[in-house]
Amino acid sequence: MKQELHTFTLTINGQTVDAAKGRTLLTVARENNIHIPTLCYHEKLRPLGSCRLCIVEVEGTPTPVSACTTPARPGMQVHTHTEFIENLRRETLKLIFLRHPLNCSACEINGYCQLQDLAHEYDISHVDLHSCGMKDLHFNSEPYCTPLITYHPRRCILCGRCAQACIEITEVGAINYKGRGAEAVIAPIKTSYTDPTKCVSCGECMAACPVHALTETMTPGKIKPWKTDRVRTTCTYCGCGCQIELNVMDNSVIGVTPADGGVNRGALCGKGRFGYGFINHTDRLTSPLIRTDGELKEVSWDTALDYIADQLVHILDTHGPDSIGGLSSARCTNEENYLFQKFMRSVIGTNNVDHCARL
Amino acid sequence: MAGLAAAFGSGAMTNSIDEIEDTDLILITGSNTSETHPIIGRMVKRAVERKRAKLIVVDPRKVVMVNFAHVWLRQRPGTDAAWINGLCHVIIKENLWDHEFVASRTEAFEDLRRHIQKYTPEYVEDITGIAADDIRKVARLYANALRAMILYTMGITQHTSGTDNVKALANLAMLCGNIGKEGTGVNPLRGQNNVQGACDMAALPDVLPGHQPITDERVLSTFQQGWSTGVRLSNKPGKTMTEMMSAAFRGDLRALYVMGENPRLSDANAGHVAKALQNLDLLIVQDIFLTETARLADVVLPAASFAEKDGTFTNTDRRVQRVRKGLDPSGNALADWEIICLLARHVCEKIHHNNAAATPTHHPPAMHISCGYWNYTSPEEVFDELAPLSHIYAGISYERIKKSGLQWPCTGRYHPGTPFMHKDVFKRGKGLFHPVDYIPPAEVPDEEYPFYLSTGRLRYHYHTGTMTRRSRGLDYICPEERIQINPEDGRRLDIKDGDLIRVTSRRGSVTGRALLTDRSAPGMVFMTFHFAEVPANVLTNDALDPVSKIPEFKVSAVAVEKVEEGAA
Ligand code: SF4
Ligand code: SF4
Ligand code: FES
Repeated sequence: MKQELHTFTLTINGQTVDAAKGRTLLTVARENNIHIPTLCYHEKLRPLGSCRLCIVEVEGTPTPVSACTTPARPGMQVHTHTEFIENLRRETLKLIFLRHPLNCSACEINGYCQLQDLAHEYDISHVDLHSCGMKDLHFNSEPYCTPLITYHPRRCILCGRCAQACIEITEVGAINYKGRGAEAVIAPIKTSYTDPTKCVSCGECMAACPVHALTETMTPGKIKPWKTDRVRTTCTYCGCGCQIELNVMDNSVIGVTPADGGVNRGALCGKGRFGYGFINHTDRLTSPLIRTDGELKEVSWDTALDYIADQLVHILDTHGPDSIGGLSSARCTNEENYLFQKFMRSVIGTNNVDHCARL
Repeated sequence: MAGLAAAFGSGAMTNSIDEIEDTDLILITGSNTSETHPIIGRMVKRAVERKRAKLIVVDPRKVVMVNFAHVWLRQRPGTDAAWINGLCHVIIKENLWDHEFVASRTEAFEDLRRHIQKYTPEYVEDITGIAADDIRKVARLYANALRAMILYTMGITQHTSGTDNVKALANLAMLCGNIGKEGTGVNPLRGQNNVQGACDMAALPDVLPGHQPITDERVLSTFQQGWSTGVRLSNKPGKTMTEMMSAAFRGDLRALYVMGENPRLSDANAGHVAKALQNLDLLIVQDIFLTETARLADVVLPAASFAEKDGTFTNTDRRVQRVRKGLDPSGNALADWEIICLLARHVCEKIHHNNAAATPTHHPPAMHISCGYWNYTSPEEVFDELAPLSHIYAGISYERIKKSGLQWPCTGRYHPGTPFMHKDVFKRGKGLFHPVDYIPPAEVPDEEYPFYLSTGRLRYHYHTGTMTRRSRGLDYICPEERIQINPEDGRRLDIKDGDLIRVTSRRGSVTGRALLTDRSAPGMVFMTFHFAEVPANVLTNDALDPVSKIPEFKVSAVAVEKVEEGAA
């Protein structure tokens, strides 16, 4: 580990820990494997301080402070799990569940949800809530800023991660809170009459949401996270080479999420995130085709390859290697481009090889 | 990328994407970065808005990046060499150049100095339409920045003078010592995911893997041995794509094997291409969809998509990264690498069979004693063969790039990869200044065809749209071509938003709906090539840059007229 210049010590739950200048209490706690519950905190974003779940007691301070926004200072004495704090957290959570129904079995991230974990941790079941006698909530139902994403106000816990991601990750700022109190929502910021939204449909807001309140509108079907494999690979679109994870269920791609590392640093653009529908599209070619009587007809691999070999060798014998050309592809892998030109050069015997780089 | 190779000895992005957020000035030209490379666009914005880098955009179109730029220069299409020379002129005249760097790292500076004399800001203003004072201002900004990074894409290279434009940019960077350091350089942003890799792997007519010239006998014999092939490798450079099309048109090219490309939609002068393809004795198309090109084929081979195979891609900053198989291909489709191997084995068998049978005519079979090795069992096995042969990949292995990629040149097992190139010495030794001249585009607007047409792409689609248009969401938000024209021209021609218009060039004509936007300068039309219904490349000019052989996509002359609804 790198030796930090400005290190000092403080205590958390009586344990003395090292801390570096500029770190928050939450970071210091995490570095020392001390668990503090959080909801609005996101590694890639600046702390929002909106959910109040990370509250801790600091001796000498009259009220609890949020660990995600409070800088660590030398000699602090911090308590993360006093009875008082735990009770406060439970009440805060209950307030969240007044809006967010505990309807987990109908939710696609069931079992993979931070909020659900907290409900477990703090023994909250829906029984607690019914006693409150709340009246129904009504949300202004304007469409989200991109048709690719659907907003579910009932699920939204108003943490603000989405809006912050749009500013910090996408550098756009297309959405914000709208309205007050229990009926507040996240909504597009209207900019001008002609250009109503700045949204670029990148989906960073959706990726930042901890509770599945922003979902992909056109997912191919119901997603079951426990049946989904995540395969790390490289995006197939532009030359950035973003690192992605294909979410694969029953041999079909049901989503794309960013992978850590790589130039994209966990971010993605709209093509990379939403442009996977072609993979399992019904238009995909599934069999070799040969033109007979003017029409392309399905044949077996052996038939197709024999046919090509016959024709190629015939042309080779009659017109020479330079009468044959090959166009390789910037869409294919290095290995395939290598083999393609090796085939053209060492089997056919021509340098007539090119690809679309010029275009 | 011939321009960069001539100046520095290597044709790839000199620096890394990561460095964008860590530089003092960014000059973007001919690149609609935020649409074509959204992730890089964000980094530029972050550098400008949070880290106080200066941003200069030089583009005839009012691209989104213009909104964040400190200075935006709107040059006339096709006049890039002139404004770049103008910057060099001011920098030399005002003595803002890096004497030490020029003296120790470059050659032919005096040629440049002499040549550039006539490119006074006033002269440049006449050609480009950029105010002389703006030229001076930008020259000073660029020269005075501690570190400055140039980013460009096809807007610079898709011209008959594309290679010269790039050389001019290289002159500018060397003049100010903005190369061989972090946060500097001349950086082509490659458009397709693996263009860099396809070039590295020599899917090109004049090189072998690792950018090694085919005319070099030593290189040739290395590969001859490495491939243990019986065929004598030819040292005669082959035909480029556009040349192959012409040869097919004339009947000199008889067979074409197309893997994963759709030239019928993407190639300049698309009408000509379709005729050329129909003229072939044998057209083999290997793809994941029945593309417009595949519809003309004699044989179509079904391939696996990137999600269904293993391998590597090399991104725009030379980073070799893994591609991993996540699912099985649909139906009987196979990965491209498997298909090539199968095909090679079939062809070899056939050749051997013929060998044994009869005395041949033109192609002495004795040459085909062996076809080399084609029994690969995995892409990794292929990679292990290609890495040492191509030098710049020699130190890379699947094991080393398991977690994150490596940037070539990476020449040994313990070489850490190269984030920025030309550190102490250029690949070619000294950096070479190339005096270049402004040459007007091959086609300029005239009375009959009064508009400039320029082509490019949109955020939501990709290339000829074969993939994005089959992804429901993307096609939903951006379902059709909108031909962009300036509102002023719209008024003059009585064209409103959404009106049906016809765009005509000397080569053909297409009809589509108009979008009035000030992104297009007055007198300029912009179209994409994503949509088969409105095939922009029917209009474009296939006049070629003499060196790089890139067709002039960015400038052709067209006429625009309104079409009555229903009449189309
Ligand atoms: S999709 Fe992207 S641009 Fe649109 S609101 Fe979400 S984060 Fe912002
Ligand atoms: S939509 Fe999600 S991320 Fe946004 S405020 Fe609501 S819960 Fe938080
Ligand atoms: S995590 Fe600290 S306030 Fe939400």
